[in-house]
Amino acid sequence: MSTRPVTEDDLHGLVDLRLDALRQAEVEVYLAAHPDVAARVASYRRQREALREALAPVAEEPLPPGMQIGHMVAVRRRPVLVGWRAAAAALLMLGLGGAGGWGLHDLMAPTVQERAQGIAALSQQAADSYATYAADRERPVELRASSRAELVTWASDRLGRPVTPPDLSASGYRLMGGRVIPTPQGPAAMFMFDDDRGTRLVLLTRGMAVDRDTSMTHHARGAVDAFTWSSEGNGYSLVGALPATALHPLADEVRRQMRRA
Amino acid sequence: MNDMAQLIEPLIPALRRYARALLRDRVAADDLVQDGLERAIGRWQQRRNDGNARSWLFAIVHNLALNQMRQSSRRGPHLPLEAADGVSSGTLGQEQGLQHQDLVRALQTLPEEQRSVVLLVSVEDLSYAEVAEVLKIPIGTVMSRLSRGREKLRLAMEGVTAAEALGAPHLRRVK
Repeated sequence: MSTRPVTEDDLHGLVDLRLDALRQAEVEVYLAAHPDVAARVASYRRQREALREALAPVAEEPLPPGMQIGHMVAVRRRPVLVGWRAAAAALLMLGLGGAGGWGLHDLMAPTVQERAQGIAALSQQAADSYATYAADRERPVELRASSRAELVTWASDRLGRPVTPPDLSASGYRLMGGRVIPTPQGPAAMFMFDDDRGTRLVLLTRGMAVDRDTSMTHHARGAVDAFTWSSEGNGYSLVGALPATALHPLADEVRRQMRRA
Repeated sequence: MNDMAQLIEPLIPALRRYARALLRDRVAADDLVQDGLERAIGRWQQRRNDGNARSWLFAIVHNLALNQMRQSSRRGPHLPLEAADGVSSGTLGQEQGLQHQDLVRALQTLPEEQRSVVLLVSVEDLSYAEVAEVLKIPIGTVMSRLSRGREKLRLAMEGVTAAEALGAPHLRRVK
């Protein structure tokens, strides 16, 4: 045993499990001989545990929508300019950045063009599909659920990856069918669902060149709400005229099934 | 951008917990964390690459909380209706819940500089070096604030009077 005197810092190091094994053993020997100090250390340990328990529930609360990084990034990326103006502005920014020593900063920042392709854009495309097709009483889908296998093959061929609709029957929604729709970022697969009251939901999925992995974000577009996220380069947006509180668990369920697929 | 989300996102629950423990007001704390996250996203590229993202984010939230607490103390004390608003648990037994409320209340009696250190070390599991980085103080100062903060909390919770405490044996701090 060394003769290094035990310090207050050692006592806290012991409580916080920050001592190496040797020092820990030395401090424990000291405590065995000094029950008054040992009692104080035991009290610090209880205090540490009680604080952790008292505050733990805060960290377990679901995050409010305003605190989701994907959403916050999407908001910052809202397109300001489009087309050649955007390209020119991006080039100008890069040029100025290089001259000012901020080259890396600007290179790493999303270009104006990229902002128009991310999950905010996907959410808008899903809302557009909903507006066009969910309102269609004659022919909302190209292929009906009775041709599910054909629909899956078609969507998978056009998107270049296996695409299957989720099963929302446990939540009371049946697959009506779907179609492939065009977007500026390439083909997307749209699946439509309805429940016994005829409430329709649209799920849109496509490949993502930007925002390839984001958490779920909520966009309210008038009477229609959208929950949009991406995972491993595939984006998903679930849209419906439901309260966000009802749509959110459905989106979670879709995400769970898409992860498993 | 994705690596940023992957680094920041898992830390958000802890940042909320820290802000709520400091401000004790759910809405104010969440607004503050949101503000902090906005700043973090905006300044991500300016972050020193060798720095640790966790200390950096805690430092942002800590500094915002400090500003806010100073502003509200100038406006007079803010007394939440519920003493331990948003920090007591409904899932624990009532007795334990009450003890937790007492503890959280006692925590508020500590000077801010001790309270931050006690929370960052005990609850957020930051190393002493990380706490020094967050608060921009020497590690010896972290240790002395931790020591004083924990001792004050202990006395508050155990109902020991100051007179008794003075007579209690205390080890000399070396450093």
